[in-house]
Amino acid sequence: MAGISIEEVRHVADLARLELSDEELSVLQGELSSLLDHVERIRRLDTEGVAPTAHPLPLHNVLRPDERRPGLSQEEALAAAPAVESGRFLVPSILGEAP
Amino acid sequence: MSLLDEGVVAIAEAVRNRRARAAEVVEESLSRIAAGDDELHCFHTVMADEARRRAAEVDAAVAAGRDPGPLAGVPVALKDNLCTKGTVTTCSSKILEHWVPPYDATVVERLSAAGAVAVGKTNLDEFAMGSSTENSAFGPTRNPWDTTRVSGGSSGGSAAAVAAGFVPLALGSDTGGSIRQPASLCGVVGVKPTYGLVSRYGLIAFASSLDQIGTFAVTVRDAAAALEVIAGHDERDSTSLDEAAPELVPSLSGGVEGLRIGVIEDFVADVSASTQAATAAAADALASAGAKVEATSVPEVLHGLPAYYVIAPAEASSNLARYDGVRYGLRVEGPDVATMNARTRCAGFGPEVRRRIMIGTYALSAGYYDAYYGQAQRVRTLVVRAFERAYRDFDVLIAPVTPSEAFRLGEKTANPLEMYLSDVCAVPSNLAGHPAVSVPFALGEAGLPVGVQVLAPALGEPLMLRVAAALEAAAPAGVRGPVRPGGRKEAGGA
Repeated sequence: MAGISIEEVRHVADLARLELSDEELSVLQGELSSLLDHVERIRRLDTEGVAPTAHPLPLHNVLRPDERRPGLSQEEALAAAPAVESGRFLVPSILGEAP
Repeated sequence: MSLLDEGVVAIAEAVRNRRARAAEVVEESLSRIAAGDDELHCFHTVMADEARRRAAEVDAAVAAGRDPGPLAGVPVALKDNLCTKGTVTTCSSKILEHWVPPYDATVVERLSAAGAVAVGKTNLDEFAMGSSTENSAFGPTRNPWDTTRVSGGSSGGSAAAVAAGFVPLALGSDTGGSIRQPASLCGVVGVKPTYGLVSRYGLIAFASSLDQIGTFAVTVRDAAAALEVIAGHDERDSTSLDEAAPELVPSLSGGVEGLRIGVIEDFVADVSASTQAATAAAADALASAGAKVEATSVPEVLHGLPAYYVIAPAEASSNLARYDGVRYGLRVEGPDVATMNARTRCAGFGPEVRRRIMIGTYALSAGYYDAYYGQAQRVRTLVVRAFERAYRDFDVLIAPVTPSEAFRLGEKTANPLEMYLSDVCAVPSNLAGHPAVSVPFALGEAGLPVGVQVLAPALGEPLMLRVAAALEAAAPAGVRGPVRPGGRKEAGGA
């Protein structure tokens, strides 16, 4: 049985940048555990020597010529931003700097 | 019968030959939406003004002696995870509730260049994660055959809009059945093409190695005609196949004489008796039409669902990392960037999206990566090999689409895993990157539509759709839309 502890759930929420309440974490603990139980059936399959499939197509390194083309203007790129200052995306302070 | 009910090919022909005006066809579509969509909620946004302007352009082109294209004047509904320049694109999520994309998806451009007229953006499960549209942040879409039931999902709004006769054509996306399952539940045709055949540029990413855009229509011919328009190489999608759009419509009437068709028998335990009966009846119909039909076992397809529910959330957790409250979408302020990110994501994502992000993050996290994600990718290889084996013996395969007819709203929301089981027959094709189509074939319990799935190897669309057309021709009357909401009487398109 693939159990998952509440500490693990909290850790994963932290990695995923989700601020969840204790109650939400506990509901997710149950739901994740039952999904992991379902997944157990493929964890037991013998896949020794089987190469993984990351992608259905045998395409590799698809590149276009390195030529300048028109893209979004700065104005268009910033148009949907929640906060903008001096033509840049504005975010709260990082590393404890004063804003 | 109104021209709108005669479908994609008939409308375009009439508009191109000046027997009808795009403006009239579009106006009728808009007025049906206005009259009926309060009850069904297929649409998040109706693009009435833009649609009228666009229809007038199509008519002006015809009047000036220019050909507006193979979809001239055809009203089309777009799933709201397809970017439309200048029109809000929500993905049914609070995190994108007010987002206006600065560009059109390639498929939107191609439809427009072919003369089609976008009339609105349709409801879906948030970020296309779900099988009922009940995960939409803005309320579910109801099934036009019975408004107490779900439309299926995630492309439920698109399927129901076609089933209700609001539009003759709609686009959806299919990551693990999200076109085929709602098509089956709504009694319309839904095509999931070969991975890479249709550009994903401008499709908001869910699981990038699985996502594929496809078409909904009442008939196979109409769905195929629209697929011809949106398919073909696009340099803006690095996973786009270097293939021209295939010719599909001319070969649809070729019949199934002599084709080798396998009936996948491994889903029997997972589907309802009426669903199983529909698949068996389809097999009989194809045999009567001259195909060599045989039951076959492809047991690895049953590994598809657990592999999918590791791979798809893993890719989703990575794709959805971009919603961080910085460049677009919702922001909930916090004292520092990390807190702002976490508060934004929690306020913006609904329960199912959070659940998938959590599953995916766990499956990709240190210590579990190989046990879950690595193993799921190796199992994906087993599924691909199993199909390769099956296609040595058969030209196409048939199977159920989904375990049952449309279920009641709320019936499966309490147990996420039970909802996930809706995808069991659909996900193997996504894992393999193969095409598959749902064709309305029977009426099951409570007179609700049941589809049958035709599966083919990569780029097998011409043959797959030929078989689908043969099934359509053999299907009993009354198994498909359009239906008027609340009533089950066929309104046209028999």
